[in-house]
Amino acid sequence: MDLALTADQETLRGVFADFFASEAGPDRARAAEPSGVDGPAWERLLETGAPGMGLPESLGGGGASLADLAVVAEELGATIAPLPLIEHAVSARLLASIGACPDPVVGGTEIATLALHPAQDGTSRLVPAGAVARHVVALDGDRLVLASGDAPGTALGNHGCLPLAHRPLDGAAVLLEGPEAHAAHARALDEWRTLTATALVGIARTALDLGVGYAKERQQFGQPIGAFQAVQHLLADLPGLVDGARLLAAKAAWAGSTDPSGADGIVDLDDNDITDFATLAGMSLVVAGEAAATATDRSLHVHGGYGFAEEYDIQLFYRRARAWSLVLDDPARECRRIADLLLGAA
Amino acid sequence: MDFSLSPRTAEFRTEVMAFLDSHLTDEIIDTMHRTGTFNDKPFNAALADAGLLAGAVPGYGDRDPIELYVLFNELEKAGAPYDGLAVSMLAAGVINAVGTDFLREQVLERLLTGRFNCCLGYSEPDHGSDVAAITTRAVRDGDEWVINGQKMWTTMAHEADWVILLTRTEPDVPKHKGLTMFLVPMDTPGIEVQPVPTMASERTNATFYDEVRIGDEWRLGDVNGGWSVMGVALAFERGVMGGTNPAVPLLRHVRGWAADAPSPDGGRMIDDPLLRERIARTAIANQVSQLLTLRAAWIAATGGLPGLEGSMAKLYATDRYQQAVGWFQQMAGADGLLGFGTDGAAADGWIDYDARHSPVTSIYGGTTEINRNNVAERHLGLPRTR
Ligand SMILES: Cc1cc2nc3c(=O)[nH]c(=O)nc-3n(C[C@H](O)[C@H](O)[C@H](O)COP(=O)(O)OP(=O)(O)OC[C@H]3O[C@@H](n4cnc5c(N)ncnc54)[C@H](O)[C@@H]3O)c2cc1C
Repeated sequence: MDLALTADQETLRGVFADFFASEAGPDRARAAEPSGVDGPAWERLLETGAPGMGLPESLGGGGASLADLAVVAEELGATIAPLPLIEHAVSARLLASIGACPDPVVGGTEIATLALHPAQDGTSRLVPAGAVARHVVALDGDRLVLASGDAPGTALGNHGCLPLAHRPLDGAAVLLEGPEAHAAHARALDEWRTLTATALVGIARTALDLGVGYAKERQQFGQPIGAFQAVQHLLADLPGLVDGARLLAAKAAWAGSTDPSGADGIVDLDDNDITDFATLAGMSLVVAGEAAATATDRSLHVHGGYGFAEEYDIQLFYRRARAWSLVLDDPARECRRIADLLLGAA
Repeated sequence: MDFSLSPRTAEFRTEVMAFLDSHLTDEIIDTMHRTGTFNDKPFNAALADAGLLAGAVPGYGDRDPIELYVLFNELEKAGAPYDGLAVSMLAAGVINAVGTDFLREQVLERLLTGRFNCCLGYSEPDHGSDVAAITTRAVRDGDEWVINGQKMWTTMAHEADWVILLTRTEPDVPKHKGLTMFLVPMDTPGIEVQPVPTMASERTNATFYDEVRIGDEWRLGDVNGGWSVMGVALAFERGVMGGTNPAVPLLRHVRGWAADAPSPDGGRMIDDPLLRERIARTAIANQVSQLLTLRAAWIAATGGLPGLEGSMAKLYATDRYQQAVGWFQQMAGADGLLGFGTDGAAADGWIDYDARHSPVTSIYGGTTEINRNNVAERHLGLPRTR
């Protein structure tokens, strides 16, 4: 039992907190709207090795675990960095696991992504980072395919200004077929859930900081609004929610790092004993999505009318808090999927 | 990070689970709900004899607070009577931290045998959340103290050998500075205990103190230093010692019920999509509550005092427990209204029980509002409102 980051992870966190502080943040996110990608910042990110960080050293990657990647993901979320790092990392790891990762993907000069939903009529719809990725890993029926080609460059206009696009899979190479195809996609999707959950924790963390900061500054009735108990109590529920979401996402990342096969985890509902990666990954996205939605909602409310104004940063976090998780699915449907893992299929 | 228990703690957990398998009978659980006394002396004694209690005292010996968490978490999950034991072990922890050799010998050593109990006398009829304003008086008389006043909600007083009593020793100073804590033997003349029944099964008490005389050796901490003793006790209490995973047994009971219960729409309840969603949401909240509690234990294990983290765990866990109870009570329909021992009761009456019990969890041990005040002021650094 050890709930602290390792010394290496602390270093990693410091490095990326600094990187995102200068190469991301609300102003950069605003400037990157509506496409949702900051090209120059991605170029700078290549210099840090982050795109290939989670790949084996034998391929020229950094050999980092899912838990290490999560450390970076929280900082990315905290600064709503318009960089498709999570999609790139999980799809590259999938490709590497079957010996199919192109060299430019390791270096990040070509962006890869994962289609979250099975393809319909030969097209993957609403692919995250689909507007900018050259490589799309997708599940098409019982086949896992890799579609490579020029990215459309323009995103479908959306709530969170994510670089979403529909991607046709014409001419895609078949990577795997049958149960292996489904298992590989499921594993990558669970890594996406875990890292996205961690990024949402970052959003929630900053939203809380913004709300608390504003409540200390803003004066009404001759005192800071943070002195009103009604305002305090809106905010006081959040640290537990945010920390709880962080702990669960970290537990999922731990399970996913110690047990890369995804097998042999415990799922004991009656005893509240769960170490199974897939179950924890699903759970962590539900909790983090809720933490980010609640934290941004309450923080925006504490800002009064200014929270609704484009000029204030909280609205940027509010929209992303929803979009980053809903791009996968309705949390209620995710919960029913988790119920199948806990109880067996209905 | 590493979320696995150390081999030693894992072994301890296995021992606790084996103990519960062989010692926690249906009869013990029935008796506890019939009498309202969530304390079973022979059960506590057996725990001590099995060597499982020494680790249950916060800060005592070489045992790790993670073991303390494991013990109370397993007791809570199993639905065992542990309220009395938790208070006794909390008292032992406070004595260990601030008590004299006399109190360690007389009280701490005995508590560790599992054959003695301690209760907490903080709250009064007119002073609950504002506990620093209590008025029960202790006046010095030579080497003795004379105590007069009344306490409310002195749970387990009817079972206890001692009460940890918060008294006012100095009325003319700011309220936090005139308090002194005592450990008062319950057989001292002048103490009266009256039962206070509640809407759930559990019983509590009002206690009265009329010219109660005790020697100065029963003082716990400094004269007028009672508030800092309270601080030690609260840091032990919140989070680590049970109370943050009540929805685990609830979910177990609901699942057992749903596996057989027919759905009004045909099929079984366990296949109902809304129930499945809510079971998953509750299972998720149970994981988060466990992790927040574990964090408090881990902070204690690494030398910190997890007061605020305990408040966060309690806020989250009680809110989610109450929400889950509301969902499952509604989904069980009329059968969920039937109580223990009634034919046809959903989940053998557990849904009814949890629905009656759950409101108190956001009241005792510091209300939700008091915990929010703590987090707002001491964690978020917002201005004090009182
Ligand atoms: C079953 C049970 C067992 C108990 N066991 C024990 C025990 O063993 N020993 C013991 O000493 N005590 C015990 N208690 C007492 C418990 O700690 C108190 O009930 C609790 O601290 C609240 O005090 P109160 O009931 O006087 O409510 P009050 O303090 O009168 O509060 C009433 C309401 O006002 C709110 N409120 C009060 N102050 C504020 C504020 N500053 N800001 C916002 N809202 C506020 C509260 O949150 C609450 O909702 C027990 C209580 C119960 C019900």
